[in-house]
Amino acid sequence: MDNSVNSPNSLVSVRNLSFSRGNKKIFNNISLDFERGKITAIMGPSGTGKTTLLKLIGGQLIPEQGSITVDGQNVHKLRRAELYTLRKRMGMLFQSGALLTDMSVFDNVAFPLREHTSLTESMIRTLVLMKLQAVGLRGARNLMPNELSGGMARRIALARAIALDPMMILYDEPFTGQDPISLGALVHLIKSLNNTLGLTSIIVSHDVRETSAIADYIYLISEGRCVDHGTPSQIQKSASEWVQQFMTGAADGPVHFHYPAKDYADDLLSSGKRY
Amino acid sequence: MIELLQYLGKTTRVGFTKLGRGTYFLLQTISGIASVLLRPRLLINQMYSIGVLSFLIIIISGLFVGMVLGLQGYYILSDFGAEETLGVMVAASLVRELGPVVSALLFAGRAGSALTAEIGLMKATEQLSGMEMMAVDPIKRIITPRFLAGLLSMPLLAALFSTVGILGGDMVGIGLLGVDEGAYWSQMQAKLDFQDDIINGVIKSIVFGFVTTWIALFEGYDAIPTSEGVSRATTRTVVNSAFSILGLDFILTALMFGDN
Ligand SMILES: Nc1ncnc2c1ncn2[C@@H]1O[C@H](COP(=O)(O)OP(=O)(O)OP(=O)(O)O)[C@@H](O)[C@H]1O
Ligand SMILES: [Mg+2]
Repeated sequence: MDNSVNSPNSLVSVRNLSFSRGNKKIFNNISLDFERGKITAIMGPSGTGKTTLLKLIGGQLIPEQGSITVDGQNVHKLRRAELYTLRKRMGMLFQSGALLTDMSVFDNVAFPLREHTSLTESMIRTLVLMKLQAVGLRGARNLMPNELSGGMARRIALARAIALDPMMILYDEPFTGQDPISLGALVHLIKSLNNTLGLTSIIVSHDVRETSAIADYIYLISEGRCVDHGTPSQIQKSASEWVQQFMTGAADGPVHFHYPAKDYADDLLSSGKRY
Repeated sequence: MIELLQYLGKTTRVGFTKLGRGTYFLLQTISGIASVLLRPRLLINQMYSIGVLSFLIIIISGLFVGMVLGLQGYYILSDFGAEETLGVMVAASLVRELGPVVSALLFAGRAGSALTAEIGLMKATEQLSGMEMMAVDPIKRIITPRFLAGLLSMPLLAALFSTVGILGGDMVGIGLLGVDEGAYWSQMQAKLDFQDDIINGVIKSIVFGFVTTWIALFEGYDAIPTSEGVSRATTRTVVNSAFSILGLDFILTALMFGDN
């Protein structure tokens, strides 16, 4: 495999990573690099372990083998306090939003500021309103999380993720559940956050079009391996059948839509057994 | 036979690992106490939702238990012409046993189950993971304040239960059945011992509060993060708390009142 993408300018580098859930090998000796100041996308079919990869980078899961370094620090060798210091500089946008349900939108965005800074309430207010303005939801500040739609919740979560002005943001499926207008705004926001603040962005997604539009570099992963990587245009031109199928979304090809199972006809005919 | 042994072995192993995780969780929780004391606001909010919101159920139950004690006690004591000692009987039963035990059982049902469901759902909706990624320790921020609040609320709720119960006994005994008021109260004052009865009752309720809150928080934190997992954890909180309260009550009673 091609493990030698080693770039001196990478903020996050994943080296020979292996990780399993139960008997299922999610990553098998995978190596990836995420360059500073760039938007790098990780794409792959549902269930390949994209969310798992983000959790590994954030130090919430521990790899079986291999290492992950973020800004020169080996995430899984850090002591707890050091890991927390590192996490203050990483924003993570969860697939589900993960807003705290017992506080309003405003308090959610203010949460990291109140926990980690000693800013006055009026400064916090200014910052929170700025972040909410950036995601277009300043008017929703008094709503509770249960009053938000899925797409709104995710944008609030993004406002919260950028509250502490992190050096990098991990986006887990930022585009799902957005209507065309907020989608456009969101793509623009991610791009401009990246350019104006010099952030490093890692986007996990299977929205091929939006992601190719803003990513500087793409890794395609499947079944624990990196299938292909390159700039969006390189990927588009890839000769691999697999990549072509993924990028165009054809139902038939080397990738299977079905989770591994025994033969369909056999399965239907083996009546009497309850599985 | 082999299967039975395997089953027993597995259950024991699962039980012990859970106990180990529970103990580790408790130590982490306790290590967060200092940081919570620096932010009393967190504790006060929890005291409100755990303690104050349990007031109603505690007061109503205490009242009825006291009234029933008044009735039952009167029927028995009057057979021996000892109605005057009704006050002692009501107060001693409440302060020594019923106050701590019944209020702890109610607490497990009212506050414990709510805690488990709350924490379990926070886990299921990734709020705890989210907090960790924001470099906020969910144990210190979420668990420890609730733990302290439970610990502090329980003795207060038990005292409230006993007080209301004694008043309930008073209402029935004196108001309804005509026991002499002076005798009711003076006998109670003379026979109840501060050390033996009150302090021991308070110790019991502190122990029950500790165990119930620990179980409730740990079950929530350890729940399988799905709706079904959370609902099962909630049930386990109530059942395990009830067993622990009753079992510990027996042990504590034997230790405290054994030599009288
Ligand atoms: N807590 C868990 N316990 C066991 N297996 C898990 C757990 N979480 C995820 N998995 C498994 O790990 C694999 C990868 O999951 P992951 O959530 O990382 O996928 P994903 O690539 O993010 O998918 P999606 O695009 O649908 O979000 C899945 O096959 C899933 O079955
Ligand atoms: Mg995912």
